[in-house]
Amino acid sequence: MTESPFIIDQPEDMVFRLNRRTLADPEILTREQTAIFDKSWIYCGHESEVSKPGDFCTRTVCGRPVIFSRDSAGDVRVFLNACRHRAAMVCREPCGNTRRYNCFYHGWSYNQDGELVGVPGEESYPPGFDKANFSLAEPPRVDSYRGFWFISFNPDITNLKEYLAGATEYIDLVADQSPSGQMEVIQGTQEYDIRANWKLLVENSFDDYHLLTTHKTWLDYMKDSGVQVEPPKGQGLLLPSKGIGKGLGNGHAVIDNINFRGRPVARWISIYGEDAKEEIDEIRAELVERLGDERAARVADTNRNLVIFPNLVINDGSSVTIRTFWPVAADHMKVTAWALGTKEESERARARRLDSFLTFYGPGGFATPDDVEALEAVQAGLATWRETEWSEMTRGLNKEGEQLNTDEEHLRAFWREWNALMTADA
Amino acid sequence: MSDKDITRIDVEDFLYEEAALLDEWRLDEWLELLTDDAIYQIPSTDAPDSDARNALFLIADDATRIKARVKRLNDTEAHAESPRSRTRRMIGNVRITGRNRTELEVSANFSVYRYRRNSPLRHFVGRYEYRLRVTEKGLRIAERRIILDPTELGTLGAISFIL
Repeated sequence: MTESPFIIDQPEDMVFRLNRRTLADPEILTREQTAIFDKSWIYCGHESEVSKPGDFCTRTVCGRPVIFSRDSAGDVRVFLNACRHRAAMVCREPCGNTRRYNCFYHGWSYNQDGELVGVPGEESYPPGFDKANFSLAEPPRVDSYRGFWFISFNPDITNLKEYLAGATEYIDLVADQSPSGQMEVIQGTQEYDIRANWKLLVENSFDDYHLLTTHKTWLDYMKDSGVQVEPPKGQGLLLPSKGIGKGLGNGHAVIDNINFRGRPVARWISIYGEDAKEEIDEIRAELVERLGDERAARVADTNRNLVIFPNLVINDGSSVTIRTFWPVAADHMKVTAWALGTKEESERARARRLDSFLTFYGPGGFATPDDVEALEAVQAGLATWRETEWSEMTRGLNKEGEQLNTDEEHLRAFWREWNALMTADA
Repeated sequence: MSDKDITRIDVEDFLYEEAALLDEWRLDEWLELLTDDAIYQIPSTDAPDSDARNALFLIADDATRIKARVKRLNDTEAHAESPRSRTRRMIGNVRITGRNRTELEVSANFSVYRYRRNSPLRHFVGRYEYRLRVTEKGLRIAERRIILDPTELGTLGAISFIL
């Protein structure tokens, strides 16, 4: 029996269907590990997390324990966190600064550059044993774009900038908030699991179709706080009033909306308080002076939810969040989320940004818990994938040109790339 | 009532009463236990000693936001709590760690068991740090800070109820 396709993509017949098996079958996840994750650039960390030589953060990236670090020369380095002797992790702290990575098991130690510098009882090894052959291993490819560092276990992958394709424009819009172009990850990490397939969070992270029903209580909160939640009519807007959704190449995609619900940079709403007005005006004036009216408006007056294929989300709206997630089973993912701010912002602006973050985002926010519930409800329903095989994903398919953020062109862009990679060797 | 008269037993009675209101989802009555300037905070699990003004928290509510949170939870369209969680709080090791003319600092350990629908038990463990104000009506909560022991929320998932 031939396998049913993952997607049926026939735009000429107004058909785009997703096979629900892709979200439920453990066998798919096994194939994803090699066909998707090991073939792509995967987000590892932000340069601000390791600002000085010897700084490190340990994390699991692409299923491997890694040390994201800065070496003695001040360069960002990524080491596989496994001793070359018996593979024990050589660093077991979440973050810090160190001169040495010491494996406590037999005492092998490595310097900030990953070189093996200490082997207890070295004289018992036979002639030819050379410490130079046992430096900490590194992923085959490591590269960065505007402070965002990625690794890839695919030695043949194209360079990062080319891979990011149209997503670079949207990373630039985030980084350009900072007068020096330097953003920084703010202390405090939100780490929580969702009992759902990881690709459901890809969809949810930039699905604006669900806003009115899933997030009614959040919209009520905004209304109660005096925020206008409907887009203003008849104003000269940068984009079609409801925003656009589009693919950016290589499976990356974005929704790009006019902001009308406030942005700490630089669009005041009542929630920020009267005393914030002056500073937000100043932030905006700096943007205009540095970038010009048009680009400043692009940075300040649009919300953008960006998915970088396969598992990185950068949402720049009520606040900036970096979110990455990793599947531990077909129906279970681990999510890590950080807040990103400009290096130069004042204490008050930083506090406002963080407060704004929490109104919507995170496991204790007014919106994210309902997203988690939605995804877990989907996953429970997906147990019927053998009986109800297909999900309809045709919103906007009949439109020429630009599509709305509430359409599904950006979702289709992700799924087309996913399908291409999963069927590449077939 | 003067703050000097308040004993650990008084504080325990107050915390047990609060726990009962929360476990029974009597959230409007729970609001009555808060001062007008109350704050409710849960730091991120990797930065338990940080300040909400310069670190990303899980929850950092001022009094207005707490009321909004309760309003949201009273709405059946707060999907994450519809149906609601069933919770059971155990509070122990209650200590009065500081006091001045109007306020007490109180530390207590907690173990909160949460069931919801058919999900497995989710067990929240940690420490409450309270600032309790002595008022004419009795003790009132000026600050309620929750330090979670897990190093990540992980399978605890979202904190969609009042922890």
